Parts: sequence; structure tokens; C-alpha cells
Amino acid sequence: MAVREFAERGADLELVGIQKRFPGFTAIEELDLLIPAGSFFALLGPSGCGKTTTLRLVAGLEEPTRGRILIGGKDVTDTKSHERPVNTVFQSYALFPHMTVIENVAFGLKRRRMADPMGKAHEALRLVELDHLAQRRPQQLSGGQQQRVALARAIVNRPALLLLDEPLGALDLKLRRQMQLELKTIQEEVGLTFLHVTHDQEEAMTMADTVAVMNKGAIEQMGAPEELYDLPRTSFVANFLGQSNLFTGEVVSTTADAITVDAAGTRIVVPAARAQKHQGEITVGVRPEKVVLHTEEPTETAGRNTIGSGRVIDVSFSGVSTQYLVDLGALGTLLVFAQNIGFAPVAGLGTEVWLSWDVTHGFGLADEPAETGRFPADDSTTSIAVQRREALVSELEEH
Amino acid sequence: MAFAAFATTEAQPQAPKRKSRIALFLLLPGILYLVLFFLTPLISLTLTSLQVPSEFGDIGQFDYAFNWQNYVDVVQLYWPHILRSFGYALVATVLALLFSYPLAYFIGVKARRWPLLQSLMLVLVIAPFFISFLLRTLAWKQLLSDESFIITSLKALSLLAPDAHFTGTPFAVIFGLTYNFIPFMTLPLYTTLERLDLRYLEAGSDLYANPFTVFRKITIPLSMPGIVAGTLLTFIPAAGDYVNASRDFLGGPDTQMMGNVIEANFLVLLNYPAAAALSIILMAAILVLVGIYVRRSGTEDLL
Repeated sequence: MAVREFAERGADLELVGIQKRFPGFTAIEELDLLIPAGSFFALLGPSGCGKTTTLRLVAGLEEPTRGRILIGGKDVTDTKSHERPVNTVFQSYALFPHMTVIENVAFGLKRRRMADPMGKAHEALRLVELDHLAQRRPQQLSGGQQQRVALARAIVNRPALLLLDEPLGALDLKLRRQMQLELKTIQEEVGLTFLHVTHDQEEAMTMADTVAVMNKGAIEQMGAPEELYDLPRTSFVANFLGQSNLFTGEVVSTTADAITVDAAGTRIVVPAARAQKHQGEITVGVRPEKVVLHTEEPTETAGRNTIGSGRVIDVSFSGVSTQYLVDLGALGTLLVFAQNIGFAPVAGLGTEVWLSWDVTHGFGLADEPAETGRFPADDSTTSIAVQRREALVSELEEH
Repeated sequence: MAFAAFATTEAQPQAPKRKSRIALFLLLPGILYLVLFFLTPLISLTLTSLQVPSEFGDIGQFDYAFNWQNYVDVVQLYWPHILRSFGYALVATVLALLFSYPLAYFIGVKARRWPLLQSLMLVLVIAPFFISFLLRTLAWKQLLSDESFIITSLKALSLLAPDAHFTGTPFAVIFGLTYNFIPFMTLPLYTTLERLDLRYLEAGSDLYANPFTVFRKITIPLSMPGIVAGTLLTFIPAAGDYVNASRDFLGGPDTQMMGNVIEANFLVLLNYPAAAALSIILMAAILVLVGIYVRRSGTEDLL
């Protein structure tokens, strides 16, 4: 029996001790998760981390090896996917090629025998600004349009829980922003629960109330976006969610509220409350935009970490900010984002510079970066700027 | 850059012309073949179908004329055979579809995870082709004859009346047609089902469709090209078949199809115009039926 009525509001989703094994590998080790009703929850992670499998388990397209799935307090582990009050926006869109756009959108409504399926479908298409293409076939639309149809096909059903599998991947930046806002508005208006799976950290942070960073089949850290960004607990989170400058070294002195680390001869202080480990060899870090670039040696002040001097080995200008790569010898290279408040850039290639940041901005991690490696986000504006510049340089050299 | 731009503007207008000339050249053997072995016999057949018997000639001697009365005569004489042909072919096609679809679905969808099983099952579907279909049909005649183990056991179990026959009945002919054309149905179905994207089925299930509705609304429409191809490959040869219905194989006097009367008119009665007229009626009827069918099934854009 299908669910015959629209969900009045979102339902909470609870995953209890979920494990999923496929022949040959384990996709999800052990997952416990509670997503409160009406929240916008993002599951963020690189490909192959188990996030899509989690989504498929919730949708009922896969069966968990172990554990229970509860939607709105009701155990749906053994419920077939067509009987769950859940809709999915698939990464591949999966629009039925033998139906028109409007038939696609009305499909779910017709199965539930809702009144006036066509009217409601047109309304949903108007929401994604595609009503004028209602009679087309999906394959006659562009990738972005298909994605919006897929979105309309899911939200028209007003499910208690909407699952989004990288739903905005094929959209251009402007449309993406527009759809992000649209999604957020729909979510707030109707109070539905959204579970959003993505590898795009920017999207996760701008849209979600709560972000869970997933790696290798387990959740590494969960919390509000600001919280995760401000105080990452592991090097994976520190580098997957934005970028970080990390230093590893021995703890040389500990006071009640500060830890001092000796990283390749340089002393770096972090607040004790912001460090996961307080002794032995630990990794500390700071976000690139918190670091200030000095062209003259600054005076040592209490409450600031000062490093120097180093040489600028790369400068890339991206409008709002300039990204500097500074070689610090034994400490490695450091990334600095400087806002272009004056006339940028302040330092050219090869300039001798000093770096400093507020001690309170530092954080200490629970593991070392070598364990997980660095995941450069290839879709951030800065890396795009770097790529553009490299492409431009190589083009100039050809002529 | 400048050279590249120059080159493309130079080359572009000439490229399509040269291409089409090569295409025409490559098509030539095919066109010649069709003219020689399709168009010529067709014209000859049409002319034969309009002939009149020679006034002072022997049996089997005819003169060219425009005697369309031949068509009226054969329809009046053989309309039961014409109807029977299309009736048997239709039933056999439906039965072959009902049998082949689950088989093709299993090989093309369920067995995807085991490629070895998939190829083994395909070999089994094709295996009967290694034996002449005349021999296979004769074998069935033996297996289903009145003295055969199958029929005597059925009679012993009172599932068949003691004086019942199987060979020579319409059931035997339809059985033979179905059996012989199952591979022609299974293979095109398999090729479309093998490419069926299972994510559509998942999406259907996600949109509240139960497994039966998913099958009816998504799987069937998406496998329509295979269904159309398979039914055409079965229906067309089955309607013209003369082996299964022949008295020498599974048929009897009451099961004669169009193929059998064409054969009789041509080889026994030496009434060539009648045989030719029947052939043309068969061909025209199949063309019309197939045309309506393809149009109705709405698969022009999928074919």
C-alpha cells in the first residue's frame, strides 16, 4: 500500500548500528545517525566513502547487512522501497526516457492516486522554471534542465524525507546558487527533512544545518558547518572541508590553557581547549585566511604565532582574494589567503615575508596528516584560479 | 592558428560531397544485388500472377495478360487458409513472446552478475540452430505421434481421450511454429533487456510504484524495441511457413496454411498464376499488418 497523503511535515531519520557489506568489501563499517525532523542534513565525503550507499539504504534500494533504519520513529528496515515515505533525486537523474517531462513529474502522484496529478506536476515544474518544456522528452533537455526535472519529480510528492544524491552537480554556477536557494526555501516552507549527499564542501556548508564528514565508511566528524570549519578534529576534516596549514611536532610545554609545539625548530602555540591531544607528537593547524602576511619582520607579540622568514613561491589572484604559497624551508610550504583590501598583490614572487596568526585561531588534531593524505578540493575557486593562471602561462609560452 | 582556420574553411565544403560519393560506391553491390534478386523476381511474380492459361496449351502453360480475376479466384477459394495462416502465426507469436520474455529477462537482467551463466544460456538458446529445422520438426513429429511415449502416457493418465491425436491438429502446428521461432523472439528481446538501465526501475520503485507497476510502466515500454523486433521476426516467417503445417510434418488436411497452398499450386497443380497471386496477397497483407503494428506500438523513435 502506497502512502496516499502528502507528508504534513518532515520525519526524523534514525540509523542504528548500520553495517553494509558487499561481496569483497565493506561500504559502511558502523553507522549511527539521528537526523531531526525538518533539518537539512549533508553527508559530505570523497567518492567511495559510503555516502551514496547510506542514501540507498535509506531509500530501500539496498538492504543493510546489520542494523535498523527508522523513519519518523517507525522501523522501515524491512519495508519495500515503494512503501517508504521517501523520494530520491538521483545523481544520474534516472528520468524515464519513454515519458514526457510532465509524465515523469506526475508519475509518483499517479501511483499514490493523488487528486489532480497534472496540476500539481505543472506547479512543481513552474517552481523549477521548466513548465514551458513540459511536453518535451527528457533526452531533448540539457543536463541542467534534466536535473531540475529530477528535482521537481521528487519534491512534487512532498515526501517526509527527501534524499538528494549530488543533485546540483551538472548545473552551472549561477543556476546552482539559484537551485540551492530554491531547495532551502522549499525545505523551510514545508519543513521537510532533507538528506543531502555531496562531495562539494562549499555546497554542504552553504545549504546544510548539520554536516557530517564521512570517510572510509564511517563518520569522522559531525556538526554545524561553522563548527566543523572552525575546529576540525581530524586532518581529513581539516583538509576536506576547506584547506588547512598543518604542522606536526613534539609538545614541549603545556599550561592550563595553551600547548606549545616544536615543529621543525619553530614554536607554535595553540589553545589547550582547541586541541584533541595534549602530549607526545601532535599535529596543529591554522586556516589559510587566518594567516597574515608581513613584508617587514613583525615584533613578537604575546598571543600571536610568528613564523619567518620565508619566500613567496606562488601568487594567484582571484579577485576577492589573493592566494600566496610561502616556502618556509624545514616547515614546508604554507598557504595564505589575503583579502584584496588595498591594491593587490602586496608581495610578488620571491619576496621575503613573515607570517603570523592569532593563537586562538589554531587547532590541534587527533591524528597526523600522513595517515589520510591530503585531498585538494579541485572545485574551489582558488584552485580554479591557479589552473586558469597555469593555462594562461602555457598559452603565452606557445606564441 | 591562422593555418588551421584556413585549412578548415578550405576542407569543409568539399568533405560531404566526397563522402557521399564513396558511400554511393560502397552501396553499389547492395543495390545491384537487390535489383537482381529482389526487384526482378518481384516483377516476374507480379506478371505471373496476372497470366491466363494458354488457349491451346498443356496444363501449366500460360500467356501474359492482365487477368486480375486470378486474385478474386484465389481469395474465394483459399480464404480459410489465409485466415488460418495469420491466426496460427498470431497465436504462435503471442506464445513465443510469453515464453521468451521471462527467459530473455533472466539472461539479460538477472544473470548480469554471472557473465559465464549468461553466455551459457545464450548458447543453449542458439544451440537448436546447429540442427536443421526440418530434422527438428520431424523429431517432434516422432515425439508427438500417436504411438509415442508422451501421447501413450497422457492417454494412460486419462489426460487425453483414448482416440485423440496430437499430430495433424492445429495445436501441433501452433506448437511447432512456437518452438521453431522462439530463438528469433528471445535474441532481440535479450539485446534490449541486456541494455536496460536498472536505475530506471529503482527510480520507479522510489516513486511508489510496486514491482508489477514498475514492470508494466517502465520495463515493458523500455523493452518495446525488442518486443517489436522479436514479434516481427516471428510473425512474418510464421505466417508464410509451410513446413510445420505440412502433412509430412506436424499438420493435417485441416491445418493447411497459405504456404502449403502456394506449394501445392506451384508444384502439384502447376497453377502458377494462382500461386503467384497468393504470394503477393501474403506479402501485401504482411506489409499492411506490420505497418499498422509498428505505427501503433509507437516505437518509431526507439527502433
